[in-house]
Amino acid sequence: MDSDLVIDVRNMTKRFGGRTVVNAIDMRVKKGEIHGFLGPNGSGKTTFIRMLCGLLKPDAGEGTCLGYDVLRESAMIKRQVGYMTQRFSYYEDLTIEENLDFVARLYHLPNRRQAVAESIEKLGLSARKRQLAGQLSGGWKQRMALAACLIHQPKLLLLDEPTAGVDPKARRDFWEEIHDLAEQGLTFLITTHYMDEAERCHRLAYISYGDLLVTGNASDVIRHAGLTTWLVSGPELNTLARTLRELPGIEQAVAFGETLHVSGADADLIARSIAPFMREPYLWQQVNSGLEDVFIHLMGTSSDNFHS
Amino acid sequence: MIRNHRFSFARLWAMVVKEAIQLRRDRVTSAMIFGIPIAQIFLFGFVINSDPRHLPAAVVMADDGPSGRALLAGFSNSTYYDFTRRATTEAEAREWLQRGEVQFVVNIPAGFTRDLLGGRRPALLVEADASDPTATHGAIAAVNGIVETWMAQEMKGPLAHLAGRPPPVETRIHAFYNPEGITSHNIVPGLMGVVLTMTLVMITGLAITRERERGTMENLLAMPLRPAEVLIGKITLYIIIGYVQLGIILLAARFVFGVPIHGNLLVLLVGSLFFIAANLALGITFSTIARNQLQAMQMTVFIFLPSILLSGFMFPFRGMPVWAQWLGEILPNTHFIRVARGVMLKGAGLSSLAPDIMAIAVFAALMLGIGIKRYRQTLD
Ligand SMILES: Nc1ncnc2c1ncn2[C@@H]1O[C@H](COP(=O)(O)OP(=O)(O)OP(=O)(O)O)[C@@H](O)[C@H]1O
Ligand SMILES: [Mg+2]
Repeated sequence: MDSDLVIDVRNMTKRFGGRTVVNAIDMRVKKGEIHGFLGPNGSGKTTFIRMLCGLLKPDAGEGTCLGYDVLRESAMIKRQVGYMTQRFSYYEDLTIEENLDFVARLYHLPNRRQAVAESIEKLGLSARKRQLAGQLSGGWKQRMALAACLIHQPKLLLLDEPTAGVDPKARRDFWEEIHDLAEQGLTFLITTHYMDEAERCHRLAYISYGDLLVTGNASDVIRHAGLTTWLVSGPELNTLARTLRELPGIEQAVAFGETLHVSGADADLIARSIAPFMREPYLWQQVNSGLEDVFIHLMGTSSDNFHS
Repeated sequence: MIRNHRFSFARLWAMVVKEAIQLRRDRVTSAMIFGIPIAQIFLFGFVINSDPRHLPAAVVMADDGPSGRALLAGFSNSTYYDFTRRATTEAEAREWLQRGEVQFVVNIPAGFTRDLLGGRRPALLVEADASDPTATHGAIAAVNGIVETWMAQEMKGPLAHLAGRPPPVETRIHAFYNPEGITSHNIVPGLMGVVLTMTLVMITGLAITRERERGTMENLLAMPLRPAEVLIGKITLYIIIGYVQLGIILLAARFVFGVPIHGNLLVLLVGSLFFIAANLALGITFSTIARNQLQAMQMTVFIFLPSILLSGFMFPFRGMPVWAQWLGEILPNTHFIRVARGVMLKGAGLSSLAPDIMAIAVFAALMLGIGIKRYRQTLD
């Protein structure tokens, strides 16, 4: 076994009532890596993470997490993992301080009080530590939850949409801290729906309705998709977009401010389709596809298996 | 590392502290804990009437003559008395009475037949355990009728000369433990069991389901807590609460209803520990089975009704059909009511109440075991 691998699982599968929600997914994450986990709503990200830390029993699959068997040693895994749930799951009727103190006690932290005080200090919530967690705004709840799952200095962090509803400044601070921690050897598996965050990950995994479609760093993922993207500017882009969407080979025609991103998988087909519009008053330019273009392309190629 | 695999008191304590803070902030539950005992104890001021028959009785027969036997047959024929035991000494019979193994002792003294024939009016002694007056009332009232019927038959032959004179036997009825037959004396100790059952089963019944419904379960499960730590942590705090409730009822019993406490209070407090734990463990088990708080409440009602109806609280235990008595024997409340009445009204000691306390303890251990086993460590 490669001891450098913090997560090394194969064939992880989960079914709910006959419907396969996570379908034979393999994942390997190295120590110190920030691994982004992306995919449309309901694609199985949360379910996969829950299986990693023993909250759900996989229907198939095997492997290790932090060197412990994911099927049999989840008690050991839990001790060294910080799991931030997608939905706020600390006690709303406890104050920030009481919540952190509860967690610190559960992990037998030496210098518990000091650890809690430092954590609150770092959060910038010293003045509000006696406020009930339930009264915090959505973004502050997220930040408290993150502080709580870091308090026992875990080796692996499983963060399920940690920045949902968090303001841009706090998000930037958050990502800076993540990179600092990763440098110190912590490993992260983070789900997100934000493209800028995806770009900040060392590696990405894209899952769609239970299937792992691509893995790799951002440029690998983009290259793998083989998408051609054109940028067009000019008047009445909305009308143009509607016309273009009907044409063969054009999968997306999306407005980004003053420009339109037109992309598709088949470069020749797309060139033929846009040729009639390559004239005044439109200005065309071929560009590198972005992650978002790729993800939307990926979403289009697989469909929700809800009824299958 | 291995150390962390075992049961940890630090984690247990973390749960206790957390539950205590949550309880303090939960006004409704706090009000329920302290309001219910007070409200119930004043509400149940009514008398519940019933006329049970076939009550277990012992006989001390120092005279085996035909007249005595005929008299005894009269007792049996009344259907109130079932002679299940025969004692050789009066002390032995008294012991059974205190343990609640029999509810009556009928004593036919030595020389009964001789004295009867000689017109010396022998005594017929009937001793009753009157701690539950509704249970014994009917049987005691029947004694005079039984004696009269017996006389009418006996006085025909050689004893005809005794007829018409003052009754040839002197009937003495001795009501023990609650001689005045005050119903509240009997109801209040029983109420203790009922109130504790209702509030404690409900409190822990909601404990786990609430975590599930609020979504905090996911976090709790993701942390290194063992099932026993979660469950015992939740129970520990409420044991203290249970004792507070017990205190409220005991104070009301003593100073509002004037119920005497004849026995050793310590015995009652020891019995209560197991009883409180039994109810909490039952609630915890319910909440590991229930999918939501509503279901947990329904299960509480499911146990609450039999605890009132089949435990001997509402109806005299001996008055119930045998199958109901069997069901009643399973309920911790049945045994607790015996302990509470035993200590408060009969002055019974630990040795005679030990079987009931044991029964409660076994129930508590069994329930906690089931709860820990049932506690799901995953979300599915
Ligand atoms: N306990 C459950 N029982 C039945 N179905 C479930 C359960 N949990 C999740 N699912 C289903 O599994 C699928 C995957 O859900 P999951 O929460 O893993 O998606 P996700 O990728 O995290 O989505 P999102 O981006 O919205 O958070 C969904 O269709 C969901 O309805
Ligand atoms: Mg999710």
